Amino acid sequence: MATKTLDITKEHCPMTFVKTKIELSKLNKGDILEVLLTEGEPLDNVPRNAVDQGYNVLSVEHVEGPVHKVTIQK
Amino acid sequence: MAETKKLSIIAFSGDFDKLTAVFTLATGAAAVGYEVNLFFTFWGLDAIKIKQGRSFVGGNWLTKIFGFMMGGLHVTPTSRFNFCGAGPKIFRSLMRKNNVATLEELVEAAKVLGINFYACEMAMHVLGLKKEDFIPEVKDVLGVASFLKIADGGQTLFI
Repeated sequence: MATKTLDITKEHCPMTFVKTKIELSKLNKGDILEVLLTEGEPLDNVPRNAVDQGYNVLSVEHVEGPVHKVTIQK
Repeated sequence: MAETKKLSIIAFSGDFDKLTAVFTLATGAAAVGYEVNLFFTFWGLDAIKIKQGRSFVGGNWLTKIFGFMMGGLHVTPTSRFNFCGAGPKIFRSLMRKNNVATLEELVEAAKVLGINFYACEMAMHVLGLKKEDFIPEVKDVLGVASFLKIADGGQTLFI
């Protein structure tokens, strides 16, 4: 079971969730993707879209400042 | 998981800014699980030509000149502030500087996301373009009836 990290803190719509989706599609079932993102649209939408598409959101943690880490399992 | 949602966009404009809107909506929708269909017609066909610069693609001398003047993705003009072709360059540099995806990056993302590309049969006929003039991601050449069938049951936009 692999764990990958994706930093989308500098990305904007739609690349925030586009990159998350592309990265998730490369993983095998059970693999973990840790997504670093900022609050606002990315934090509101990335975890929700992951759940909508049938992935497990294991945790949403505050890192520092506006940065959060969302852990998604495929 | 709920049933698949669907977004179909008629990409009529060959303008840099409007194509950016097409590909932003398309990639965003695909990334949140929509089935996305892009139907390129008239000026919009410029976005899917293999030759992204200016080249004499077309059937006869007139359409070859049109093909050259229209060009491909890299030479699309902006609908405002084109400044004789400098506009798109300025916007591309502004987008890069602000970490916003450029049109080319959005098109590449659209391919990776498996968005369906279709070309309009009638416009291709008028402009003397063949399926071979387009990128291999173009799945099919369609008419109105086929497009309506594909778009049926989803949301449709004209840009």
